[in-house]
Amino acid sequence: MTQLDNITKPKTRRSKRFLESRAPKLTENVKSVMIMKGGNTSQTITQALKDVYSLKKPNAVLYKKKNITRPFEDSTSLEFFSKKSDCSLFLFGSHNKKRPNNLIFGRMFDFHVLDMIELGVEKSVSLSEIKTSKCPEGTKPMLVFAGEAFESDNEFKRVKNLFLDIFRGPTVSAVRLAGLEHVLHFTAMEGKIYLRSYRCLLKKSGCRTPRIELEEIGPSLDLVLRRTHLASDDLYKLAHKQPKALKPKKKKNISRDALGSTLGRVHMQKQDLSKLQTRKMKGLRKRRAEMVPDKDMRTPKEAKVES
Amino acid sequence: MAASSVEELLAKAEQEEAEKLKSITVQKELDLDFDLGNLLACDKNRIETRDFREQKKEDFLRSLARDNTQLLINEIWKLPTERVEEVIVAKLPEPTTRLPREKPPLKPRPPTKWEQFAKLKGIQKKKKTNLVWDETAKEWKRRWGYKRANDDTKEWLIEVPETADPNEDQFAKRVKAKKERVAKNEFNRLKNIARAQKVKTPGVGLVPKAQQSRNELAKAVSVAKVSTASVGRFQDDLPKEKPPKNSGKRRKFDPLIGDFSSEKQKQLDLLKTMGSKKPRLDITKAVNQQMREEDKEEAAAKRRKGGGKRGRKGNMTGKGKAGKAGGGGKAGKAGGGGKRRGKPGKK
Repeated sequence: MTQLDNITKPKTRRSKRFLESRAPKLTENVKSVMIMKGGNTSQTITQALKDVYSLKKPNAVLYKKKNITRPFEDSTSLEFFSKKSDCSLFLFGSHNKKRPNNLIFGRMFDFHVLDMIELGVEKSVSLSEIKTSKCPEGTKPMLVFAGEAFESDNEFKRVKNLFLDIFRGPTVSAVRLAGLEHVLHFTAMEGKIYLRSYRCLLKKSGCRTPRIELEEIGPSLDLVLRRTHLASDDLYKLAHKQPKALKPKKKKNISRDALGSTLGRVHMQKQDLSKLQTRKMKGLRKRRAEMVPDKDMRTPKEAKVES
Repeated sequence: MAASSVEELLAKAEQEEAEKLKSITVQKELDLDFDLGNLLACDKNRIETRDFREQKKEDFLRSLARDNTQLLINEIWKLPTERVEEVIVAKLPEPTTRLPREKPPLKPRPPTKWEQFAKLKGIQKKKKTNLVWDETAKEWKRRWGYKRANDDTKEWLIEVPETADPNEDQFAKRVKAKKERVAKNEFNRLKNIARAQKVKTPGVGLVPKAQQSRNELAKAVSVAKVSTASVGRFQDDLPKEKPPKNSGKRRKFDPLIGDFSSEKQKQLDLLKTMGSKKPRLDITKAVNQQMREEDKEEAAAKRRKGGGKRGRKGNMTGKGKAGKAGGGGKAGKAGGGGKRRGKPGKK
């Protein structure tokens, strides 16, 4: 019942605010991740889930109990949880003999599964194992994707899009230059993805732009791509549809000519040509009897103004 | 001489610039793609597997990351900055990467019946003030809501008009009229919502549906039977039609002034049962209720056992047994029967 329908109206302001925050909007809220465990999990997986939770705090929900579901076969349980907690991204960790140390990253559209990607964790170093000072919670990370697989392979392209969606954090209009501390680096090599997380130190260089030194913090995961369940093209297109109000308004009356100069049109009223101020030439001055035509003939309505 | 010294100076200046920039320049074959709105950089350069295996993996990845991050930081530092409360802040552009939305965009609400009519007639909405001057109270009161101005249900004196019945309650009449207006407004509001969401509403009786259940069909038959001019008195029954179950008055009240002796008898009986020490326990009723509850619990446990399978078996049966034992014990003791869950005892 997390829908603002007018039949049962919310009775308190607080509940009204809650329902409004969950209703579909023009500019949406930050996407939050729900992190859950499957029927059987290993130590590496629980550590990895906790690390991702601490990376994504406060826009993440970590469920403690195990959920005996298989996302690739039946996604109704995931969809139910997503509806209840209003999270459109999910991370499902599990471990069994056939798929050891399994992580399923996914996202939802309208509380139905859009994309799901299954990755296996081959090697992991958790946050607690690397003993350095960490970045504060909630810093917007810089994301770097390296490797030509992220451009050429379709599945890897979707993986890159999904990781961008998960890790980017809230969209801000301005960022504090000294606060750019956290870097997440994804490298695609031979079908594997290496995730490393660094803290960047801005050192003095001769000029304004600082020199970067990196210090490894945070989880480092070696992932191998297993199964994927990607959305069909039309569903993917549907999910990208933006409402008309968000489209940037085109400024009218601005055009560019072939030489690159910006042109605009100035509309003027009709001029009274007899009152037009032109150069006085004594010889051509109007005599009583004669009428001399004007020097300039300009089209009355428009005059192209060059800028 | 001067020319050569000028040249020397220029060369030196260039060298210094190059030195300065050396620490932040990075050589790459292909330029990176940047999406500064998301603080994103994409490196399309090939990663040589030989390089990868020569060095230690971590060092290779770290140097690659350092180079890419340096390029990203160079781009970010090119953005326009401003000072906000003693902090230098760079203004980010709009993110260029297209990402899917969470929920579908909102569709505009279809206009209500009044809004359609107003548009047709060209009636504009007039802005009204929130407060209205109330003459009787001599102050500004709300136009509508709690303690509103000119509230006709709150008048203490109403003159009975000449054409009205002298025994009629004018105050009750006003209150009833208000209730009817409120109900009509609510009804119209819900009709507007139903029209907006394209939900079928029943005109009279039942909602048209694709598949009807047996109960719904029976109800439809009984509603149709009663909807004649003489309210179904002269309608023949269908073959195998049973009389409707829940028709007639739900509660029956004795008339106020009726049989005095039977009323007196009833009241004396009531006093007797209240005064007696023995509890009122209908044994058969209690036993039947207990058996029904046990059957229900067994059926529920069986269903849950079939569905849940693993670890829950132990819990369920344990609970079931304890429940049954507790229930049995209770019914055995006095005072269990009439009060347990069922409807309150009828007189």
